[in-house]
Amino acid sequence: MNNMFLIVTTITLLVVMALALIRAFAGPTVFDRVLAGNLFGTKVVLLIAVMGFLTGRPDFLDVALTYALINFISVIGILRFVEITRKSSPKEQS
Amino acid sequence: MSLVVDILSAICLLTGSFLILSGVIGVIRFPDFYTRIHAAGITETLAASLILIGLMLIAGWGLVLFKLILILLFILFTSPTASHALGKAAWKSGLKPHGLVNKHDED
Repeated sequence: MNNMFLIVTTITLLVVMALALIRAFAGPTVFDRVLAGNLFGTKVVLLIAVMGFLTGRPDFLDVALTYALINFISVIGILRFVEITRKSSPKEQS
Repeated sequence: MSLVVDILSAICLLTGSFLILSGVIGVIRFPDFYTRIHAAGITETLAASLILIGLMLIAGWGLVLFKLILILLFILFTSPTASHALGKAAWKSGLKPHGLVNKHDED
């Protein structure tokens, strides 16, 4: 019975990831894209965890935890990179 | 007893999914970056923990529950930090909120 709810959650997560991609492509500033990437990464973590439960393989959770670590580090890395290049060539952005 | 746990996990999963959907619609429709970061923040912390709690209720006692608690703690620690870093980087790069009339550069 609870498999059905897991399937509903999986479908919602996939729809949400597609919508987050729209914001990633449309985002005017680079920070919108980083925001969409961060949102996408967190949803992938949840998707892996839910898929682990659906397919009945508990070791997916280690993959989800690792992905959460990598996602966080990549967001901080991108922001450091953007901040440093912005310092050298500051340009106004609406 | 297991029926109550099933119902609770179903409720958590469904509300989590609904919050994620509403959060992402907010990220798409909001006019300005700073409003979008608010909408994204909601989905990352509240909805993610609701879904993980729903999974915890399904998992029951054991190693899987411990791993889920680790994932929940990690997401609760890092996503606010990432949102803060994102907001700070945007602000320092001169991205002004939509429609913000500064007292200094009004004239």
